[in-house]
Amino acid sequence: MLKICDGIENPYSPSGNSSVSVPVHVTEMGLRILKENKGHDWEELLLMVSDNKDRVAFKQLFNHFAPRVKSFLMKAGADPTMAEECSQEAMATVWNKAKLFDPTRASASTWIFTIARNKRIDAIRKIRRPEPDELTWPDEIEPAQEEALELKQQSEILADAIQNLPEKQRQLVEKAFFKELSHSEIALETGLPLGTIKSRIRLALERLRHAMG
Amino acid sequence: MNNDKKIKHHLSKDLLIRYSNGSLCEAFSLAVATHISMCDDCRAALESYEALGGALLDVSDPEEMSDDSFESLMALIEEQPDQTTQVSKRNASDVPSALSDYIGGSLKDIKWRPIGLGVKQSLLKTSGNSTARLLYIPAGTAVPHHSHNGNELTLVLKGAFEDEVARFGPGDVEMADEDLDHQPVAVEGEDCICLAVTDAPLKFHTFIHKFVQPFLKI
Repeated sequence: MLKICDGIENPYSPSGNSSVSVPVHVTEMGLRILKENKGHDWEELLLMVSDNKDRVAFKQLFNHFAPRVKSFLMKAGADPTMAEECSQEAMATVWNKAKLFDPTRASASTWIFTIARNKRIDAIRKIRRPEPDELTWPDEIEPAQEEALELKQQSEILADAIQNLPEKQRQLVEKAFFKELSHSEIALETGLPLGTIKSRIRLALERLRHAMG
Repeated sequence: MNNDKKIKHHLSKDLLIRYSNGSLCEAFSLAVATHISMCDDCRAALESYEALGGALLDVSDPEEMSDDSFESLMALIEEQPDQTTQVSKRNASDVPSALSDYIGGSLKDIKWRPIGLGVKQSLLKTSGNSTARLLYIPAGTAVPHHSHNGNELTLVLKGAFEDEVARFGPGDVEMADEDLDHQPVAVEGEDCICLAVTDAPLKFHTFIHKFVQPFLKI
């Protein structure tokens, strides 16, 4: 079993050629991503968990996503204790099912969101969860690197666009999506006039659409 | 299940959003999952709502976790046996697996109960207040005229029906609410099988149907 801590103490192989020793290579890469990326490369980190059960990578994912999954579950009505427990369980699923992550199909945040969403249904609402059939891809079609890259760029544009929304618009989109409050419920909760809410949400969606081309 | 390019009537945005964030009730989720298995357009729309969910998650304000949450999770992971990821099962049914899980196989395995005029139904067991049932309408036969207290979603699985609104073929979804008073008729040539989901009992107009409604649970 790979001991990450040893890797951190001595991340460089003696030869200086990191591509030979897999565990050291992985940790070195993890450290590089930690150092170089202001914004993290969550897809790369997930693939490191998938390929090598890389704990440094997983801790980065946990630190970013676990508190946000907790927040999502609380918005969906779970109390803080339940939300924390389910968030941990969701992250356990991320660890266990990392092999199923396919960067050509979804970004890391989208994949983790669907795991959190499923946890909401299974553990909090406790109902059955009917799922669509998986699409079956013909074997000869290899998932192309460019596809993964394009999808990643698209998700980054979307995340940037959301991040760049005026705070008030972002909060309203969040309320509408996560708590699926209707416009009039949002009006009740925020004390804003209905017209203001409608126009803010419309503006926000227009900006997002504009950002996505 | 082949994706039918001829699907003309799709799921509403509202249903897709609620399915994507996990707030939809079981009966409607069953209909959504079944339709998406047949419809590439709605699958793509669902994926874009999931992407929006992911992006919102990514930029949302965090809720602090307790200090040892990572360590305790890793301790738990250490204890559990190595999880091997399972290959998704092959669906041998003539309906999407979401639905075949509820009927225990294929369309021929459904246990029908006659509800009059050749029309048959089969109630599916779902939690919550919404009801999911399959309807069997012989070719050329009409389902009694009815309106609704709430929302009704009808998804055609086989054959086709027509009502005052349009013609609905395999994979098509009709959404009806309180304002729609309609009489679906199965088109000639093939018996029609639909999945019908309601969040309130249907209101049938004839006295006899009002009388039997509580017993038939429709």
